[in-house]
Amino acid sequence: MTGFDLITDHLPVLTVVIPLMAGFLTPIVGWIDRKLCWYWVMLTMFAVLLMTSSNLYTVITSGTIHYHLGGWTPPIGIEYVIDLLNGFVCLIIAFIGLMVGIYSIESIKKELPNKIIPFYSIFLLLITGLMGMTITGDIFNFYVFLEISSLTAYALIAMGDRGDGVVASFNYLIMGTVAASFILLGIGYLYAVTGSLNIADMQGLLPSIYDNKVVLAALAFFMVGFSIKVGLFPLHAWLPDAYTHAPSAASALIAGLMTKVGAYAMIRFMFSVFTPEFVIDMTRMAEILTWAAALAIVVGSVLAIAQSDIKRMLAYSSISQIGYILLGVGLANVIGMQGGLLHILNHSLMKCALFLVAGAIFYRTGIRNLHQFQGLGKKMPVTTTVFLIAALSMIGVPGTVGFTSKWYLALGSINAGQWIFVIVILVSSLLNIVYFWRVFDNIWFGHPHEVEHIKRDEAPLSMLIPMVLLAVLCIFFGLFAYYPLHYVLEPLSNALLGIGVLP
Amino acid sequence: MAIETVHSITPALAVLVSMVASVLILAFGKYPNIREGWTFVAAFIKFSLVISMLPLILEGKVITYTVIEMLPNLPIAFKVDAFGILFAITSSFLWIFVSSYSIGYMRTLKEHAQTRYYFCFAIALSSAIGIAFSANLVTLFLFYELLTISTYPLVAHTETSEAISSGRKYLTYLMISGISLLFSILVVYHYTGTTEFSFSGIAGLETLPRTTLYILFITFMVGCAKAAFMPLHAWLPAAMVAPTPVSALLHAVAVVKAGVFTAIRVILYVFGIDLMEISGLWLYMAYFVSITIILASIFAMTQDNLKKRLAYSTVSQLSYVVLGAVLITQHGITGGMLHIPYHGFMKITLFMCAGALIVTAKKENISDMNGIARQMPITMLAFTVGALGMIGMPPAGGYITKWYLLLGAAELDNMILIGVLLISAVLNAAYFFPVIYVAFFKKPDKELTYKEAPLTMLVPLTLTAIISIIIGIWPDAPGMFLDIVNIAVANVTGGGI
Amino acid sequence: MSGIIEIIFAEFNYWIYVTLMMIGFYAMIAKKNLIKKVIGANIFQTAIFLFYISLAEVKGGTAPILLHGHDGADAAHKAVSEVIYVNPLPHVLILTAIVVAVSTTAVALALIIKIYEEYGSLEEDVILAYRRQLQPEFSEHARQKQEGEQ
Repeated sequence: MTGFDLITDHLPVLTVVIPLMAGFLTPIVGWIDRKLCWYWVMLTMFAVLLMTSSNLYTVITSGTIHYHLGGWTPPIGIEYVIDLLNGFVCLIIAFIGLMVGIYSIESIKKELPNKIIPFYSIFLLLITGLMGMTITGDIFNFYVFLEISSLTAYALIAMGDRGDGVVASFNYLIMGTVAASFILLGIGYLYAVTGSLNIADMQGLLPSIYDNKVVLAALAFFMVGFSIKVGLFPLHAWLPDAYTHAPSAASALIAGLMTKVGAYAMIRFMFSVFTPEFVIDMTRMAEILTWAAALAIVVGSVLAIAQSDIKRMLAYSSISQIGYILLGVGLANVIGMQGGLLHILNHSLMKCALFLVAGAIFYRTGIRNLHQFQGLGKKMPVTTTVFLIAALSMIGVPGTVGFTSKWYLALGSINAGQWIFVIVILVSSLLNIVYFWRVFDNIWFGHPHEVEHIKRDEAPLSMLIPMVLLAVLCIFFGLFAYYPLHYVLEPLSNALLGIGVLP
Repeated sequence: MAIETVHSITPALAVLVSMVASVLILAFGKYPNIREGWTFVAAFIKFSLVISMLPLILEGKVITYTVIEMLPNLPIAFKVDAFGILFAITSSFLWIFVSSYSIGYMRTLKEHAQTRYYFCFAIALSSAIGIAFSANLVTLFLFYELLTISTYPLVAHTETSEAISSGRKYLTYLMISGISLLFSILVVYHYTGTTEFSFSGIAGLETLPRTTLYILFITFMVGCAKAAFMPLHAWLPAAMVAPTPVSALLHAVAVVKAGVFTAIRVILYVFGIDLMEISGLWLYMAYFVSITIILASIFAMTQDNLKKRLAYSTVSQLSYVVLGAVLITQHGITGGMLHIPYHGFMKITLFMCAGALIVTAKKENISDMNGIARQMPITMLAFTVGALGMIGMPPAGGYITKWYLLLGAAELDNMILIGVLLISAVLNAAYFFPVIYVAFFKKPDKELTYKEAPLTMLVPLTLTAIISIIIGIWPDAPGMFLDIVNIAVANVTGGGI
Repeated sequence: MSGIIEIIFAEFNYWIYVTLMMIGFYAMIAKKNLIKKVIGANIFQTAIFLFYISLAEVKGGTAPILLHGHDGADAAHKAVSEVIYVNPLPHVLILTAIVVAVSTTAVALALIIKIYEEYGSLEEDVILAYRRQLQPEFSEHARQKQEGEQ
């Protein structure tokens, strides 16, 4: 056995352990030289990206990876399982993490000059938490990682706007604690009736006791807990403040990833801990979820129209977009599910890009009020073009990522016979146009003569690179959605709904 | 009838040319001469590419090219057939004139943000050609939306609050219609599993319940709001705040033409002649567009602003195109399709004349134009040619399409439709003759001296007027529009002529 | 009637956990004082710990430590299987969960200190009123001005 084999065998656990160790070592690196922190984070994130890519590739070519922690076999030991679903989500986490990492060097230098070391340390721990949540096959282990990611997110948000950031963080903490406690309680209930904590084991044990009220209660606790975590309307109250007042880089990271991993967890619990028959037919939880999601789509979009702070507007738009993901999941047919899962990828790309743009604009001008954006088109042409592309994606213009997921979601709704959701999806596109077009008008139109003298003053290159890359991907996956769909999402949706088996 | 298919990348290139040009335009934004040079180069290359495909089409072949498989079973693909190339030739040919005219117009008025203007113009042209060559509804929708977005900055170009609010109105109408189109495409895909155009309509739609079919047709037609059917026409007169070359683009080259083009694609290539006839949809639609034809003409008479009058005239004239298609007789369809290029040439002449009046004489309202022909005789002569064409009088081409439409209506023995066509011709005369009368025969308020528009504007408008006459007196020249239309009609009716 | 009382008393530990949980939940949602909210969160979490520990309890069970493990092979196995142990796993889980709860409390208290420094109060409505007074635009402006002065 060569050293290389040693690493490849342990890749699943390394994707969690490496950012964890790196996170704890960051203060030491920073103690040597603060400037080294960024390179250290880049190195780590790049390694994580390579590992997650390799994991997903292995899953696609040779099937699900099972890794037994410490060699203990499940259900006694903790097992890490990577299948298409979490391999896919892990890759998104690693990629968005890397993008925000590249971006953060300038933005943190300006916004948090005294907190560079803690920021990067917590940044890596947040990645650890999200990775762990995604990769683990043990639900108590899941809870621990959930709390790691939550605690680090509280800390990141508290670093933001003075006063506002701390209050937002505290509110998030209270809501997050309620959510985590509910989830912990649900885990306890399931443990009480099955005596197991392993997801695969539990899925085998549960169907015989589905008529037990404790199982039902556990499902209810999970759904409420995750609904808070993903900010599903009407449990979204913490989200706008948290997204608005966090530092720019943290906003992009949290908006791009936190809710998406929450949505992943919801899917995992609904379809891998419980079985599709239970959530779809026996309890009709999936149907309830679609209605809540449809409500979130509309209300989120309407509230976004009322905002004048660009980050807050994007936050409300997130509430609506989470609705898309959950609508697709709740439709519980293969096409809708593909739409929902695809939107996890798409929304991460678009929303991360939009928050990065908001951060870049704030970095250069100190403005977040979108009514003061006049002349930005001339001042920051690249940044605003990225904004245009990402916003058009959000609207769902064909040729961008937003269209493909909307297409699948609408088609899935028709397949489910729910024409009202088709209308909801289409109407929300219109609402998206309304709130994004206000920004376009302010950036490019309105005062032709006042902006004549404005000089070009673009964001630094380290900020432009990730933004442009994300915008390019928004178009790339809009035109080539065939690849994620064909290789990952179609077999995955079939497997989740119990129509096929994962390779 | 087996139709031979040729695979070629030319259609994709024809679409891409102006995309590439748009990037070059942005890159050379600081050097106006080079920037506008690119516009010209792209216009000529685009036109040559489109024309290069014509011989194959005239042989009765079809050119296809699949760009990428966007989603499983949903490719972005191009397919050039006779009807597509008809629209493509019209747009790409007129772009050359509009480019020249734009330069004259924008430079004379010293407009701001000209780089953005040429950039969006090039993108809009790409979208129009893309719509013309789309092989399926999804590709068409892609370019349809791109066209909406790229023309918004053109409509709101002056950035005054009036322009912005008109731009918003434009966007609201077209985006809502886009959503409706998307909905219809989804429904078609759901029931038939394909969105690809076919000469006999998409197979599988005939199994739909009648009510669903009607609703689908309505949502499709709402989706074609770019064609400015009443009551979805309000964006078109509002968009008149835009610079005149943009109006020419909207009316003659790209936008409304894309709307009627899509409407015909839907009527003949998605639903198909047979389904239109069986379901009785053709008659309802014929009556519906007849209302638009008459009402819009009446509205046009009430407008004093020349551009607004022309806008309502467009609303009315475009409904001829759709009327022709829904007559579903050979002559009717010929008339309708032929009206796309014919109306394009005549209307662009009229708009370029209106723009020349604004630039040179600073006059927008008809009531101010007493005796203006003494100052700008060439412009007003060209205007007269266009107006005669619109009314349906020789020598300009309009009378040919009207003749075909009348033949179509007569074949059906439908007195109402014949009446509509005749009345509308009278109404057209009623709103165009006053303009001609005012310009030529009324005494000017003060003495006018000869002062024509700059050459960059005068030459294109003269040329399009001359072409309008040529296609009127020699419509059946080999390779001309009538030839192309005949092949297109043969395709959809399933027989030869 | 007596049936209900029997149910309540037979499983009184679960009833206590439910009651505690509700008290904690109420405090988290309804109390205006931030410290009280944190206390509520602690009560809530403790209630859940109590639930887990109750799960582990086996009637007559002893601590899960192997007895008579060194008396020779056969006897040892016999002895081990005859003694009833409580389930050790929930205890271990809860040890972890307590660590999590303590960290959450620590973060919450740290945030509260920051909030107090900023607003001079721990009452939610006072803080809210203070923030309302400073409209977002205004506070942004004030902050820039402050930075400019520095």
